[in-house]
Amino acid sequence: MNTLGNFVLPLILGLPVLGAIFVMCTPKTEVALHRGIGMAVTVTTFLASLLTLSYFNPHEAGFQLVADIEWIPALGAHFKTGVDGISVFLVILTTFLMPLTLLGTGKAIDKHVREFIAAMLILEAGMLGAFVSLDVFLFYVFWEVMLIPMYLLIGIWGGQRRLYASIKFVIYTMVGSLLMLVAIFYLYVQAGAALGSYTTDLEKLTTVSLPYGAQVWCFAAFALAFAIKIPLFPLHTWLPDAHVEAPTAGSVILAGVLLKFGIYGFLRYAMPLFPHGAAVWAPTIAILSVIGIIYGAFVAFTQDDVKKLVAYSSVSHLGFCALGIFALTYYGIEGSIFAMLSHGLTTGGLFLGIGVLYERRHTRRLAEYGGIWKQMPVFAGLFLVIVMGSAGLPALSGFVGEFLTIMGTFIAGDTLPSGYSLPMPRLLGGLAATGVVLGAIYLLWMFQKVFFGKLDKAKNGRLPDLNGRELATFIPLVIGIFLMGLFPRPLLVVMEPAVDKFMRDFGRHVGEPDCAPHKYGDGCDKPAADKAQAEIQKNLDGVAKGAADVQHTMGAAGSAAPAAGSAARTPAAGSAAPAAGSAAPAAGGAAANAGSAAAAAPGRPTP
Amino acid sequence: MDPTTTHPWPLPTLAWIPLLPLIGAAINLIFGRWLPKRAASWIAIFAVGAAFLLSAYEVFGPLFAEYQAGRGGIGIAQTVYTWIEVGSFKAQLGFRLDTLSAVMIMIVTFVGTLIHIYSTGYMAHDPRYRTFFGYLNLFTGSMLILVLAANMPVMFIGWEGVGLCSFLLIGFWYENEAFATAGRKAFVVNRIGDFAFLLGMFLLFWATKGHQGGASLDFANLRDAAVVGPEYVKGLWGGERLAAAAGILLFIGACGKSAQIPLFVWLPDAMAGPTPVSALIHAATMVTAGVYMVCRLSFLYASSTTALIVVATVGLLTAIAAAFMAFAQTDLKKVLAYSTVSQLGFMFVAAGTGNSTAAIFHVGTHAFFKACLFLGAGSIMHSLEHEGSHTPGDIMTMGGLRKRLPITHATFLISCLAIAGIVPFAGFFSKDEILGGAFGVHPPGWPEWYGKLLWAGLLIAALGTAFYMWRLYFLVFAGDSRSEPAKHAHESPRSMTGPLIVLAAFATLAGFIGFPHFEHIELPSFMHALSHWLEPSLTHDWYASGQPGVQAIAGHESDATTLLLMGLALAIGASGIAGAYLLYGRGPSKTVAELVAGRLGPLYEASKHKLWVDEAYDAIFVRPFKALARGLFEIVDRFVIDTVAVNGAAFVIGILGRISRWFQNGNVQRYLVGVVAGGALVFAMTDCRHKATFDYKIVGDQIQLHAEPGDGIDGAAASIYWDLDGDNQKDTVPGNPNKLLDQRDVTVTGYNGPITMWVVDPITREETKVTRTIDLNIAAPGDKPDGAQGVK
Amino acid sequence: MSDLIWNIGYAHFLVLAAILFLIGMIGVLIRRNALIILMSVELMLNAANVTLLAFSRMWGDLSAHTFALIVIAVAAAEASVGLAIVVAVFRGRHNVEVDRLNTLRH
Repeated sequence: MNTLGNFVLPLILGLPVLGAIFVMCTPKTEVALHRGIGMAVTVTTFLASLLTLSYFNPHEAGFQLVADIEWIPALGAHFKTGVDGISVFLVILTTFLMPLTLLGTGKAIDKHVREFIAAMLILEAGMLGAFVSLDVFLFYVFWEVMLIPMYLLIGIWGGQRRLYASIKFVIYTMVGSLLMLVAIFYLYVQAGAALGSYTTDLEKLTTVSLPYGAQVWCFAAFALAFAIKIPLFPLHTWLPDAHVEAPTAGSVILAGVLLKFGIYGFLRYAMPLFPHGAAVWAPTIAILSVIGIIYGAFVAFTQDDVKKLVAYSSVSHLGFCALGIFALTYYGIEGSIFAMLSHGLTTGGLFLGIGVLYERRHTRRLAEYGGIWKQMPVFAGLFLVIVMGSAGLPALSGFVGEFLTIMGTFIAGDTLPSGYSLPMPRLLGGLAATGVVLGAIYLLWMFQKVFFGKLDKAKNGRLPDLNGRELATFIPLVIGIFLMGLFPRPLLVVMEPAVDKFMRDFGRHVGEPDCAPHKYGDGCDKPAADKAQAEIQKNLDGVAKGAADVQHTMGAAGSAAPAAGSAARTPAAGSAAPAAGSAAPAAGGAAANAGSAAAAAPGRPTP
Repeated sequence: MDPTTTHPWPLPTLAWIPLLPLIGAAINLIFGRWLPKRAASWIAIFAVGAAFLLSAYEVFGPLFAEYQAGRGGIGIAQTVYTWIEVGSFKAQLGFRLDTLSAVMIMIVTFVGTLIHIYSTGYMAHDPRYRTFFGYLNLFTGSMLILVLAANMPVMFIGWEGVGLCSFLLIGFWYENEAFATAGRKAFVVNRIGDFAFLLGMFLLFWATKGHQGGASLDFANLRDAAVVGPEYVKGLWGGERLAAAAGILLFIGACGKSAQIPLFVWLPDAMAGPTPVSALIHAATMVTAGVYMVCRLSFLYASSTTALIVVATVGLLTAIAAAFMAFAQTDLKKVLAYSTVSQLGFMFVAAGTGNSTAAIFHVGTHAFFKACLFLGAGSIMHSLEHEGSHTPGDIMTMGGLRKRLPITHATFLISCLAIAGIVPFAGFFSKDEILGGAFGVHPPGWPEWYGKLLWAGLLIAALGTAFYMWRLYFLVFAGDSRSEPAKHAHESPRSMTGPLIVLAAFATLAGFIGFPHFEHIELPSFMHALSHWLEPSLTHDWYASGQPGVQAIAGHESDATTLLLMGLALAIGASGIAGAYLLYGRGPSKTVAELVAGRLGPLYEASKHKLWVDEAYDAIFVRPFKALARGLFEIVDRFVIDTVAVNGAAFVIGILGRISRWFQNGNVQRYLVGVVAGGALVFAMTDCRHKATFDYKIVGDQIQLHAEPGDGIDGAAASIYWDLDGDNQKDTVPGNPNKLLDQRDVTVTGYNGPITMWVVDPITREETKVTRTIDLNIAAPGDKPDGAQGVK
Repeated sequence: MSDLIWNIGYAHFLVLAAILFLIGMIGVLIRRNALIILMSVELMLNAANVTLLAFSRMWGDLSAHTFALIVIAVAAAEASVGLAIVVAVFRGRHNVEVDRLNTLRH
């Protein structure tokens, strides 16, 4: 491994932080200077992040450019960063969107500019950190770090109901993340016992298998945090409020990057750490994703507020991503990652476009627009590309992701590893595909309401078309959308080894029988498992014998004593049945003792 | 893919065919504003013209050589690069020119070029001239991608691309809200079809994934016998073959694109676009994409009679229904639009009866005469508009244009003859092929008479076609002019009439390449050129057991029958024309007015209102959709989730907070109340009012008693009195009858009766009495033999 | 009844003390006037004294008297300091309602 490459990730993490500190040291009134620093730092960070690509070996599956510094020795926490095929493009998406966002914001933010730039830079550092950290504890810290600047962005520079929106955002996120913290602690303690040394290193933790029931609960805790972030169907209502109240920059980053942490968290943390838990919850999450796809599209259609419309479209689009990863096929997962990248560009572009309109007209109501194409043809053309990219027109970026995730779901039934199942994959895929139709309906509705029709509102009469700064914002996005749509293969090829590794590890782990915390591959304590199975066999024999006794008693009616005897045995026989049943995934949180695992649920190899 | 194909340009030759128009589109759309008008149109025409020449070169050069070598079905395949690659799935941006796609690219580029030229005249005064040409080029490029695609995902690029162009071009005059809505409607309805298309594609992918070469969705792979045989005939659901499900799903996609029932509603509205667009997209090329796709996948449809019967039936219903709807339309372009829908129905019947050659034949002839009709209509409207007509499309305000627009009239007449199916114009031959094929068809699983039914239905549709087209012709050209502008109309410029002449020529001659096959009559081979040419690319045989060649799907009759059928079709066409002449020969006649007012009133209304399909869709789908969307948002999102769950949780916490705040408002006295209440609570809960009782221990025949009067002051200072002899009186100290025995520990020997203890409170003098009976002989359960503590 | 009146025992003293204490406590809890609160505190202290003396008699132990004397001394000191504060507060604010003396809260 190139030693120089190992510094790239700490470098791109450090740059925004240093920038933020620096900008806070400048005088408050030098607004232009602040903006300049913001641009300079984000552009530099973007260029530096391109270094990751040059040092990145696309054929390697594991983590690369790893930097590992001891951080909290008492806890075993390390400052460990690295990227693989899954995260490397997300990092670049983040650094790519950041300067565009600042550019697109321009002078729209005119109060507390210094603090705004600092918040954005800290936000960037937080997001990048969460993408590259390979330590659960470090991840949690970054996860919370990015929450605060976003809270400030909405709360200080937001719209009229900004307080409600920002508090809702924070509380929603915190509820999820605190449960996740509890699960992290549990994992830390259990894994420490199994490994022999306490650590929060992700790679070491993924080698530990928790007992079945613990996995179910831990996964649920992680899943709640991530599902809120995605956001999955019933947990989504913070998103429209946050988007509507956030300034353009906040919306772009929120939709473009922040939402991806939900999906990324599942891929990087929840699923590898708790494969059995993932198997239990997968049907639920897959079904909720499909509901989210359809529901988000339906609700988006009825919005009058453009930002809300796009916010609900995010609910719909992220549903595809969530569905894709739980379909557990190459197509689904790579499609999901690709859809995330594409969504970052398209939805970021949509919000920037709405920002352009808002700056000119100071309203987000669809009814206030109409006929804008005549006034702003260049903007309309660029916006159309973005809208079509979002609607999944082939040869633009959105299509590849949608196509692959739906296809991955559609064919999921055949290749799933043992121990993992998805209900009616073809039905789920088919329902998800209705999102294609619905997406066209609401996006074109919006496009028509804004750009088509007569220019009959007086205020729309003299809107200037895009200026140079705005063009510079949109053109890279549009080029990106085209490039990703026309040449998705370079990205997919880089993802492939990492996804392959993920799939293989997950498939192997989810197929393992469970018992007390142990390391994967070491397997269960075999004699113990055998013994447990023998015990169950004995219990089952007991059942048979009990039944025989009952029959015997009925045959020789009249004698009270044997009847009492068989009655005393029956509870024992009965208790064997639940023990055998609790191994089935349906038993969910049933206490997992060694015996229940050995009773080989369907699809699990019998030890 | 094909290493023998060398290409002198940086990209494979085939790639340039769609790329040239796309480059033209990019130039016009991005730099158009800085280009002079002339340059913009020349760039566009050059791009399409070059694509045409390149196609012609490819078709008549390399492909012809391949065809003669017997590889017409494989043709030329070229790959630009790998587009999507995941796992074993590979979608290459690949193009394949086989005999089938050759026909299509020739039609698309040829008609496309003519319409580009025509547009220079028609759109001359439009302020968005350059954009228009950009869109036209973009459309041509997408269409070429669609037909040249070597696999389904690439086909889907073109498939959706033409949908987008359709949206943009229908809504070209976006300032009219209705036009913009029509464009959106077209895109959305197309998308519904695309949704089914996607699912069908996935189903094919799923079916073929186990085979060598992987599941690439490449047409060559899908067509591979190793896939077709075992996979498509596999049972999927309800005893149907997989091919049925995939075929029907893909056909729904085709319904969207080719405007078949139930997704035809967008096409009549699409007439909102400029007329050249209607001619190019909504008549000649894009709408035939569905037919092309079904023919391209003829091997799939040949594996399932269910899919075939669905295709044929939908085609028949559409052909009849659309013909019926065309009867009462008064808008020139609307009549043509319904006519297009109807003709597409014919094509699908052909495809559904395994007669793909006829379907493609009709695609070709229809492209010529329908484009000619549309462009003629454009020419008419253009000239009327010039004269100040506000309703240039209303045929009721026309009439007598024969003299004033001679060239337009002549070409229109030829096309009307062609579409009515009159010998020797192109439409006759292609339509006859379809009818003849349907007459004799009966694949296994179809009822014996179904082919005859299709044939009879098509005859009715053909009669309708002849009637409404000639009604249109007579109303426009015959009789007297019924409005001022019509009286002063002038012929259109040469850029518009030129393409008309060329198209009319083709509408006259194109039929000769598709004569029916006779058993005894030997015709020159060019008369069967089309069917021979298409032969290698299509599958005409029914895959009964997964193997082709068991039985031809399309029927074949004896010479006499064939000739009889041809005569019958001709007679039907002629009688339709005659009927139209009788009723409309001299413009709108009284007979018509009487009929419409009288017996045929309801029928006329039904036709005029297009069978109320739009209204029905609005009531069944659009409104419920909007209501559901609204309801979901207001009820689920706003109320259930946000109000009840989210704000409800906040509200409950808020209430709790308010309650606890009452105690903690900084007033010390409130805190004191808390302290006092808490103290009282602790006092009440603590067991400081412990009940009095006594313990015992049995040692031999002795019972050792120990009083437990309770804790606190009561216990410590209490007096304890005993009754150890069962007389219910307090015992006295032995030897002193006046002094009561007041002791904590006493012993009694050999006594089995009840023992009573009194505890007297030192302050209140209140007495508590406890009585227990201890049996010395039978130890109570729980009593250990060594005399552990008893019951408290 | 007559027994309760004529045969006075420890209970009477304790009940009296309890009543006194309760009056004092309620006074402290619900009255707003600082002066009355001080008086109520005095009542509570004296209730404690009565209890001490009653138990002293009951157990025949005189040491409780000492406590009672100390309580009286402390009560006197407390009353003087308290009154001094009340007077000072009254001079400054012209009222001695405790719940209006909330300057520190704001």
